[in-house]
Amino acid sequence: MAKWMSVAQVKEKIEESSAEEVTAHYLEVIKKSKINGYIKVSEKALEQAKKIDAEEHDGPLAGVPIAIKDNISVVGLPSSCGSKILEGYAPPFNAHVIEKLLAAGAVILGKTNMDEFAMGSSTETSYFGPTANPWDLERVPGGSSGGSAAVVAAGEAPFSLGSDTGGSVRCPAAFCGVVGLKPTYGAISRYGVVAYANSLEQVGPLANNVRDIAVLMDVIAGYDRRDSTSIDSKTEYQKALVEDVKGLKIGVPKEFFGEGTHPDVEKAVWNAIHKYEDLGATWEEVSMPHIKYALASYYIIAMSEASSNLARFDGTRYGLRENGENWHAMVSKTRAEGFGTEAKRRILLGTYALSAGYHDKYYLKALKVRTLVKQDFDKALSKVDLLMAPTMPNPAFKIGEKIEDPLTLYLSDVNTCPINLAGVPSISVPCGFTDGLPIGLQIIGKPFDEPAVLRAAYTFEQNTDYHTKRPLEVA
Amino acid sequence: MVYENPDGVRIGLEIHIQLNKLKTKMFCGCSTDYHNAAPNTHTCPVCLGLPGTLPVLNKKAVEAAIKVGLALEGEIAEETQFHRKNYFYPDLPKGFQITQYDFPIVSNGKVVIEGEDGEHAVGITRAHMEEDPGKLVHIGSIGKSKGVLIDYNRSGMPLIETVTEPDMRSPKEARRFLDKFRNILEYLDVFDGNLEGAMRVDANVSVHWGTRVEIKNISSHKGVERALLYEIMRQKNVIRRGGKVSQETRHYDEGRGVTLSMRTKEEAEDYRYFREPDLMPMQVTDWIPAIKETLPELPDAKRSRFIEQYGITDMHAKSLTSKIMLADFYEDVCAEGVDPKIAATWTADVFLGELNYRDLAISSYDGKKISFIHAKDPKIKNSFKVSDMVELVNLFAEGKISDRAAVEVIRTMLDTTEEKTPSHIIEEKGLFKAEDDLVTKAIAETIAENEAAVQDYLGGTEKSLNFLVGQVMKKTKGTADAKTTRELIIKELKG
Ligand SMILES: [Zn+2]
Repeated sequence: MAKWMSVAQVKEKIEESSAEEVTAHYLEVIKKSKINGYIKVSEKALEQAKKIDAEEHDGPLAGVPIAIKDNISVVGLPSSCGSKILEGYAPPFNAHVIEKLLAAGAVILGKTNMDEFAMGSSTETSYFGPTANPWDLERVPGGSSGGSAAVVAAGEAPFSLGSDTGGSVRCPAAFCGVVGLKPTYGAISRYGVVAYANSLEQVGPLANNVRDIAVLMDVIAGYDRRDSTSIDSKTEYQKALVEDVKGLKIGVPKEFFGEGTHPDVEKAVWNAIHKYEDLGATWEEVSMPHIKYALASYYIIAMSEASSNLARFDGTRYGLRENGENWHAMVSKTRAEGFGTEAKRRILLGTYALSAGYHDKYYLKALKVRTLVKQDFDKALSKVDLLMAPTMPNPAFKIGEKIEDPLTLYLSDVNTCPINLAGVPSISVPCGFTDGLPIGLQIIGKPFDEPAVLRAAYTFEQNTDYHTKRPLEVA
Repeated sequence: MVYENPDGVRIGLEIHIQLNKLKTKMFCGCSTDYHNAAPNTHTCPVCLGLPGTLPVLNKKAVEAAIKVGLALEGEIAEETQFHRKNYFYPDLPKGFQITQYDFPIVSNGKVVIEGEDGEHAVGITRAHMEEDPGKLVHIGSIGKSKGVLIDYNRSGMPLIETVTEPDMRSPKEARRFLDKFRNILEYLDVFDGNLEGAMRVDANVSVHWGTRVEIKNISSHKGVERALLYEIMRQKNVIRRGGKVSQETRHYDEGRGVTLSMRTKEEAEDYRYFREPDLMPMQVTDWIPAIKETLPELPDAKRSRFIEQYGITDMHAKSLTSKIMLADFYEDVCAEGVDPKIAATWTADVFLGELNYRDLAISSYDGKKISFIHAKDPKIKNSFKVSDMVELVNLFAEGKISDRAAVEVIRTMLDTTEEKTPSHIIEEKGLFKAEDDLVTKAIAETIAENEAAVQDYLGGTEKSLNFLVGQVMKKTKGTADAKTTRELIIKELKG
């Protein structure tokens, strides 16, 4: 069996042989993995595939294997969120997206590695050790959905689910040379996804090509009454896959090409924009003056929400419990032992930002900035159809290179987090290489205009071959 | 007459009520009917706060809150939203409580009570929606507890917290406020006050218009009155000794009847409120007209109507409308064509008085019978039928039984769970007026004719009583009921 297959190819293979054989193939590849992409491989995957075969399941993903980020609840598998504090916790319910996947016939391969509670851009803060970038095993895969991106890039799953709070799908997609979509806020139910920052995050698909992203979106998107922020947009994602960008108006926000941007990244993104021009699109520079405050606003909001979301991990009901002479001592010890450095840092900073005396100065101000950033997007996207920019200012860095310097690490989210503040959709597609490392082009659209985003991404893919390149390190 | 409030007492209340008449919890589909259930059987991933769960607002709870707001003559917010109140406690599964903060659903209401000097308005600052935490169950007594168990059945129960202005000037006014408030809520059919934990009260009190002290978590109306009486005395003593009342939170020890310091102002918690990102702000203005339509007649309006329609006194009207179930019972009795004034006397004075004397609280009314349970021992319960009251009132109105006999019938009916109609009891006990008069006459004669036996009995010779009873039986040719006769003689002789 070919190591890298699109969903269509996987389905062909299932036709020819069986879901069981296809799943066995992926389990075999995973067994030889050099990247530590999975926290837990499902022991029931084969059984599930057999059942699909026996039932002659006719769902859109019948027998197609998928990898799931470890913060998405799946019955029968642990859900650790890359943290020690959830040791032994297995959710008794499926996330909405998992229900949808199972109904469509998908086979869950396992749970992928991630930064602890999705707090990071390198997958190095995971309690289960870092995941390696398939393009260079000494480098990070990006994060926080590093495992989900790396396993797709390494052929250990045809596609996967991640979650994107400030770039957590797009960053690893760019670093690992795969496609990753952050849908519009509300497009996919968050029910069953362990919250890091509720007002910012969305589940997002990762795949080797744009079509597979659309295939996955058609299965998992839509209204769910259990998530009050979910919206029924009735979008038909695969229908958007039309190879045509004639007359498309592209905005290029200069604020996304900041000082620290790697020259090769800048060049690759401009090449892509010129490619669109060749295909009949036009581009213009747009200005988004408040983008420079987005990063600070993003971190304050995300940390504030996180400080509250992570309060439930107190050793009382599930997960890790350390002994203490009374309840408070038990909670303190459990949290001291269970959370890693980055989670603690964000809980403390978030607690601080919400505290009396600082609440207005930090949290409320961050909310005001958020409104201004949203307005920047509204304004820019009223003049053009899409915005294009580098996903990440730099290619993947070395494992250990930035982990001791959180501020520099936070800065790497500079181009991705404004999108979460605004709640708009954004995709990262491969658009070049520098020193053998992939570069991602970010395409940003209006709220619920995933069709325009997917159409542009698909057209680019049909006219370039970056997405067909494979990391030789793991070949 | 104007109440002078000599100690400058100001009392404000914060009242948590459970919307326990709703079918499901505040943010999940779990049933609210957990009061007799095994621990942790009315829970789901949402109310257990498992990672990844999200709250879904129960619209019925919002409707109930609007109903309460309208009944309290408050303003309903055009836009309302939820916040998170962050603190750690084992009964709080998410580490925060979903509540309302600066956009409560209700503000600026009022409740008129019978104050120290007539009608007195107590301002309602605000009322907001929130979820209840779980419940801690100590193994053994709190002091020497070997451990704590947590029951999350209560977790996520819909609550309304109502905050009053410090408008009450005495513990009695606070108690009256609570009685009236509870009565209004029961009229709205959103709340059953008899269920455990249905209403919890925090009170703040100051004397001489000074520093206010908060007393937390008092579970009964009587408890509130007692706690406030104690706390006012304590504060007055502090001042008399030249001290200063410090701003603090105190706990009421119901058993000892005292308040004890819990924490001072410096130790006040910072709850780091912020908007609950998983719930969208709501606009409810459009809901109001339809909800207004469903508002029932409230206690004050019903009281006025009773005076008008049934020609009864204000005292009777007030008493009958103090409980929606009693008011409905009375109206159904009247609907059977009985004399409403007589029915009012027998329902409001005798029936209600006998219930109170027995510590029985009205718990339900199904249109046929009114049920009640013992305030402390829920195993003791009974009911009283509309048809029985109608029969009793008619028998009395027709002159067939005396006052005394009617009271006797009501007492008997409350003390037995056997199915017996009033005539049945009257027959059994020989309480019909003719026989009744005969017995009364026979007793009087017997006492007059048997001076020696009477003196012996009063001197302690029990046997003489048997002799007297025998004499009465002889005089009435055996028609008198021996037990009743015995009681009547004792009453006659010993008062
Ligand atoms: Zn529940």
